Amino acid sequence: MKANLTAYLAQRGAAKTPGIAGKPRRGLARRLVPLGWGIASLACFISVWELAWAAGWADPLLLPPPHIFLRNFASQAQYFVPTDVIGETSSTTALRSLVMTVVATTLRVMSGLVLGFVCSVAMGVAIRYFRLLGNLTLPTITLLAPISPIAWLPVAIFLFGIGNAPAVFMVFISLFFVMTVSTISQIDNVSRTHLHVAAVMGATRAQTFRHVILPAILPSLFMVLRMNLFGAWMVVLVAEATGVGSGLGQVVMLARNTFNSSLSFFTMTLIGITGFAFDVALRLIQRKVLFWVPDNGLGGMK
Amino acid sequence: MSLTEQPVVQPPLATCTGVGKTWQTDGAPFVALRDIDLDIARREFVVFLGPSGCGKSTLLYLMAGLEQVSEGRIVCGGAEVSAPGTDRGLVFQDTSLFPWLSVGENVTFGLKMQHMPKEARRRVAQEILERVGLSEAIDKRPDQLSGGMRQRVAVGRALALKPEVLLLDEPFAALDVQTRSKMQEFLTQVWQQSNVSMVFVTHDIDEAVSLADRIVVFTARPGRIKTIIPVDLPRPRDTRSKAFHDLTDRLTDLMRDEVDRAFAEQERVR
Repeated sequence: MKANLTAYLAQRGAAKTPGIAGKPRRGLARRLVPLGWGIASLACFISVWELAWAAGWADPLLLPPPHIFLRNFASQAQYFVPTDVIGETSSTTALRSLVMTVVATTLRVMSGLVLGFVCSVAMGVAIRYFRLLGNLTLPTITLLAPISPIAWLPVAIFLFGIGNAPAVFMVFISLFFVMTVSTISQIDNVSRTHLHVAAVMGATRAQTFRHVILPAILPSLFMVLRMNLFGAWMVVLVAEATGVGSGLGQVVMLARNTFNSSLSFFTMTLIGITGFAFDVALRLIQRKVLFWVPDNGLGGMK
Repeated sequence: MSLTEQPVVQPPLATCTGVGKTWQTDGAPFVALRDIDLDIARREFVVFLGPSGCGKSTLLYLMAGLEQVSEGRIVCGGAEVSAPGTDRGLVFQDTSLFPWLSVGENVTFGLKMQHMPKEARRRVAQEILERVGLSEAIDKRPDQLSGGMRQRVAVGRALALKPEVLLLDEPFAALDVQTRSKMQEFLTQVWQQSNVSMVFVTHDIDEAVSLADRIVVFTARPGRIKTIIPVDLPRPRDTRSKAFHDLTDRLTDLMRDEVDRAFAEQERVR
């Protein structure tokens, strides 16, 4: 009865504000419905896999189903050694080392994202603000933008050697050119009416950039950042596999080298969950900082 | 037919002399406006009426200083217009409020650009919003308001800089008919309670007659002044009176040829 009432209220709330920006109604039922679909979707995927295993189509050595690769948590986690030195033994517990590995990778992604976001927005704004700078740099940036971040990997190692720096640099570079070009195109697309308002209200050029152009472009730039998040995850794994002695990418490499398919899928699960959590976190930040933007609920739960 | 002859006691607030505007496009130059001679008195309510694409909005933007004249000159408040200035407020069709600012911050945006401190700005915002009947909305966001309320905020924002003339570019075009007539009453009140001149662009004949002291009728492109019609109906105007209808009928006749020409042009361009 009570559940019915909540569902009803949630529905009413939803009907009242169709597609309008603003704080969504915090009905429990409304939050549970997408979660339910998420679980159902995942359940379908897993059961197909498990069925394939039960029917004998999927070789448990090559494609171990979830119940196998998730079973032996402790023995999996022992591979997550939080050390950059090869051969060094770790005294920490399995869970601890697993968490530390995930955190290490996450921090690399985060530093790269923050650095890339700030630098590229600053660069894009500077290019449009100082015409000479734009004329001198934009052609080169446009030329460098389509180069796959993976191609920068050797450069990252030449420049920064082994350790955290090349991984952060890789995330940075995977973002920088794309986001700079995107910033410029967002600036060019700022509503003419808003620019006219600024001019009529007596705003100087600097004021127009700070008070009109910057807030106007931030929402779409944040969207671009979220889109590039998954790219950043891919890149950081490659960087870790090659240039850094720790992190999830290193474990993936280890799984490959030791032909440990269970570990491989276990790590993939971790990567998926962490990446998803990251996207949710970014969306929460977006909702807090860019409160005037309607939430389009792209991907995942609303 | 009384043409541009208009008895003006005071010197006019704004004067357009031989104003023309030509856009340089890839092909032939595009003449938007030609030979505009017009005086706007202090505290006068002038409406620009014409078919779409006749250049009436262009003239408004020229007066605002957002575009430069190709020929002639525009003088406002004794100075030649070459750039935007806070003596001329501008109200746009819609979506001109900044969505990232609250209603109060929107209203005082211009004062913020002049580095007025925050507390003083809030007082001004309160005062202005009271004038436009939205004192409750000071901390709301623009997307929480209806279209009519947003346009009232936009008018308030323009008034906050104490302009001498308010230039309005079809500000009620996006509103439904009922809201629009309410907004016309609102604008008339604002105008009567202040010392500003109004220059109001519309293609709606009823709206023109409801608001104007004088209606400037434009020809189809290239826009010229076809005629200027004074409206001396008492305010508040009764839209169902015979005098009102006589005037709208007369304007409809005047506009018919121009609308046909504008329409033919649009079809041709397409």
